Amino acid sequence: MTVEDIIKPENLVYEKSKLLTSKPFHYCPGCGHGTIHRIIAEVIEELGIDEKTIGVSPVGCSVMAYDYFDVDFIEAAHGRATACATGIKRVWPDKVVFSYQGDGDLAAIGTCETIHTCNRGENITMIFVNNGIYGMTGGQMAPTTLEGMKTATTPYGRKATLPAGAGFDGIPNNGYPLHITELVAHLPGTKYVTRQAVYDPAHVRKAKAAIKKAFENQINGKSGVNFVEIVSNCNSNWKMDPVKANQWLVENMLPEYPLGDIKVDGKIVEK
Amino acid sequence: MGELKLMKGNEALAESAIRYGCDAYFGYPITPQSEVIEYLSEQNPYERTGMVVLQAESELAAINMVYAAGAAGKRVMTSSSSPGVCLKQEGIAYIAGAEVPCVYADVVRGGPGLGTIQPSQADYFQAVKGGGNGDYKNIVLAPASVQEMADFVALGFDLAFKYRMAVCILSDGAIGQMMEKVVLPEQKPRMTEEEIKAKYPWALTGRKRGTQHRVITSLDLDSNKMEEHNRHLQAKYKMVEENEVRYEEINCEDAEYVFVAYGSSARIAQKSVQLGREQGLKLGLLRPITLFPYPTKAIENLINHGVKGFLSVELSCGQMIEDVKLACNGRVKAEHFGRVGGIIHTPEEVLEAMKKQIIGE
Amino acid sequence: MAGFKGAVSVDTERCKGCGVCVVNCPMQVLGLAKEVNGKGYNYAYMAEPDKCIGCASCGIVCPDGVISVYKVKL
Repeated sequence: MTVEDIIKPENLVYEKSKLLTSKPFHYCPGCGHGTIHRIIAEVIEELGIDEKTIGVSPVGCSVMAYDYFDVDFIEAAHGRATACATGIKRVWPDKVVFSYQGDGDLAAIGTCETIHTCNRGENITMIFVNNGIYGMTGGQMAPTTLEGMKTATTPYGRKATLPAGAGFDGIPNNGYPLHITELVAHLPGTKYVTRQAVYDPAHVRKAKAAIKKAFENQINGKSGVNFVEIVSNCNSNWKMDPVKANQWLVENMLPEYPLGDIKVDGKIVEK
Repeated sequence: MGELKLMKGNEALAESAIRYGCDAYFGYPITPQSEVIEYLSEQNPYERTGMVVLQAESELAAINMVYAAGAAGKRVMTSSSSPGVCLKQEGIAYIAGAEVPCVYADVVRGGPGLGTIQPSQADYFQAVKGGGNGDYKNIVLAPASVQEMADFVALGFDLAFKYRMAVCILSDGAIGQMMEKVVLPEQKPRMTEEEIKAKYPWALTGRKRGTQHRVITSLDLDSNKMEEHNRHLQAKYKMVEENEVRYEEINCEDAEYVFVAYGSSARIAQKSVQLGREQGLKLGLLRPITLFPYPTKAIENLINHGVKGFLSVELSCGQMIEDVKLACNGRVKAEHFGRVGGIIHTPEEVLEAMKKQIIGE
Repeated sequence: MAGFKGAVSVDTERCKGCGVCVVNCPMQVLGLAKEVNGKGYNYAYMAEPDKCIGCASCGIVCPDGVISVYKVKL
């Protein structure tokens, strides 16, 4: 049996979601944004909610996410995606609203909106892509940057205090990696809080299942934020090739940001 | 017919919003306009009409809720006062760039910075000339009474949706806080989903399969497209200038000297006209109702009919005077008079200023 | 394993040659071509087509959604 015999429409088992437009992603080779876009689109397609879904894109690398999803979209100001999502969901409670933000957007400039959207228990789905760096602006420190990690604004490595490692005996410097996901999990307004990754097929499947749950919760519920963090890569600004970046992610990002559900059905998962 | 009531300006604005069929109000408390959100919360509009009222965590959050809910085709509004409106400028610039209709009220207080909580008109530049980044305009309505605080909600929404832009109701602490009788409009129904979809095809309501998905954004990295978009916005503002100028002339038919004043200053200047006429001076008042678009032609016409000078009366160190001077174009004298810091000028001192600065002894 | 045979088609012009599919293929089917596409990327291709079982791991992990996977029962 030749390859030509196999590649026929009736034998198709996997292809890109029809809810992604024909526009090629502008993301760097190997960037997790593309994979995350793909699985969100698959979830929307599988749930059949494309005619009532409204997305909110952030400022950052994924600012033009609206070009790729074939659903209605609004582009928010930096950090305000969940304020936008709140605005839409409050006036259209029957629509399905999701926000898509990076770490700088959600956990630095938008922290206030993030915390209060979660605390109000808005019935929305929040997707949070954490790659520990500012991608779009050229690799500066993010609130989630690891200690010791080199970025354009921490060229000698992020140091919480100076001298590094001096704890509270040192003077304040770059501060600590912000665990915003654990933080929002402790707010009564969050229903489902989970941390996932997309660096290999098994984790892509798990991440997709989590995103699906985060959308289903919204559809079936009346209130409560469904929050999915995805630990992702930034090979360009980490200055690694895509495959090495994924290895680095496993070895360095995951110990700081361990994967798994943090809160399910409004209850913290005991570890 | 409407209902006659005694109300504060801020309350009239709020009640009028409910009656207009406004879908949502997103706000944050700040003196001297907190009555807006307090009144709305007390009225429980979610039960009266289904209107959403949400106290946001900040002015920034509130305006971005307005931006998105407006983009979703709903009639949404916010209100604040000067320092709060500074925070809202981010969202207002996005609203201008993305062409989202909305109404926001600015009950101006003294500045700069935290300034004072007393009335002021020192945010004319911010409201009329921009405020946020980029080349844009908002339609600016200047109420001079509690009645106009109520009336301009409907006018504001009509204009906002006609042109897909933000409409600012530029009030001040005096108009917001004072009580007057007001005829309230009758309750209108909120628009249904079908009506919104039919009337506003650009609105984010979920795209129908087989149709182009909608995107509301102010971003375009293609410089040619961005230039084209800016030209389109300017053409729209030009249309607004041609069609939407509103003003009131009081005793201008035979006037030789004219006060130009809006909002609370206009009420004071009206009394100054009366006092001046009692002294045999032929004084008039031009009250701009729209500050953008500005009644430039009205000033030109007055000059053509023999007006020899203008005094721009503002609770500021001189902001609107620039537009009055532009309209005069050097043909006649135009100067500014105004008290600031929360002090409201008296009709007598306004008349004195006219005599001293414009008419001459 | 012997019960299935698979094949993938790569949208070579959209492939960015990141190689994530190559390392995630359990059967070592995929490789990066010596040739480049219009953007200069060494695109992914089936280096060992006979080994493909149609598991779709490559498609699932591809950041650009350029891989379609086909599978037949033998």
